[in-house]
Amino acid sequence: MIGYALAFAIGCFALALLFNLYRVVRAPGVTDRILALDTMAVNAIALIVLFGIQEGTAIFFEASILYAMTGFVATVAYAKFLLRGDIIE
Amino acid sequence: MELFWELLVSGLLVVGGFFGLVGSYGLVKLPDPMTRLHAPTKAATLGVGSVLIASMVYFAAFKGQVTAHELMVTLFLFLTAPVTAHFIAKANMLRDHRPEDLPRPEGEGDWAVYTPMSDTSAEELVETPELTDEDRR
Repeated sequence: MIGYALAFAIGCFALALLFNLYRVVRAPGVTDRILALDTMAVNAIALIVLFGIQEGTAIFFEASILYAMTGFVATVAYAKFLLRGDIIE
Repeated sequence: MELFWELLVSGLLVVGGFFGLVGSYGLVKLPDPMTRLHAPTKAATLGVGSVLIASMVYFAAFKGQVTAHELMVTLFLFLTAPVTAHFIAKANMLRDHRPEDLPRPEGEGDWAVYTPMSDTSAEELVETPELTDEDRR
């Protein structure tokens, strides 16, 4: 039963990543691109964790933590660059 | 008991996948940038949170590994999602809205997005009355 739920969740997040990719490529404004990239990072974290459940190892959590941190810093740096034209003043 | 844990993990996984999909679909479907900001920062974060909790329950119940790593990731995501949403909203205000179209914020000063060099906190410091000797008594 967990196997079916796992397959469903992986499919959902894969489809969600495709939606995000569409929004990155065809976005009306640059802030939508940043938002889509941030959501891609969040969905990738979910996929990493789901792959960890499937493989039965706890070794992927470090990867997901690193992904969360770099995703957050990248999004804030990008938004800050748009706001001020500079990241660290 | 095993069936209960299986049901719990499966339910959390299905709910997480559903909410992740809804959040990203909202990113494509919703009409303008501020509403698009709304969908992924709430729904996708909730979906990832329930997937992480499902992972924690799975490893605790079936593998005998009780860890708090997933809680750390969940906490980090829940703390950073509002911050990123706020930054993206500010960038969106600066790029797509003119200050004349927006309602004025309360109190002195204007939106900090449009007047980045003004320092309102310095004026507030001057305006606060200093403690007199009578107040101290």
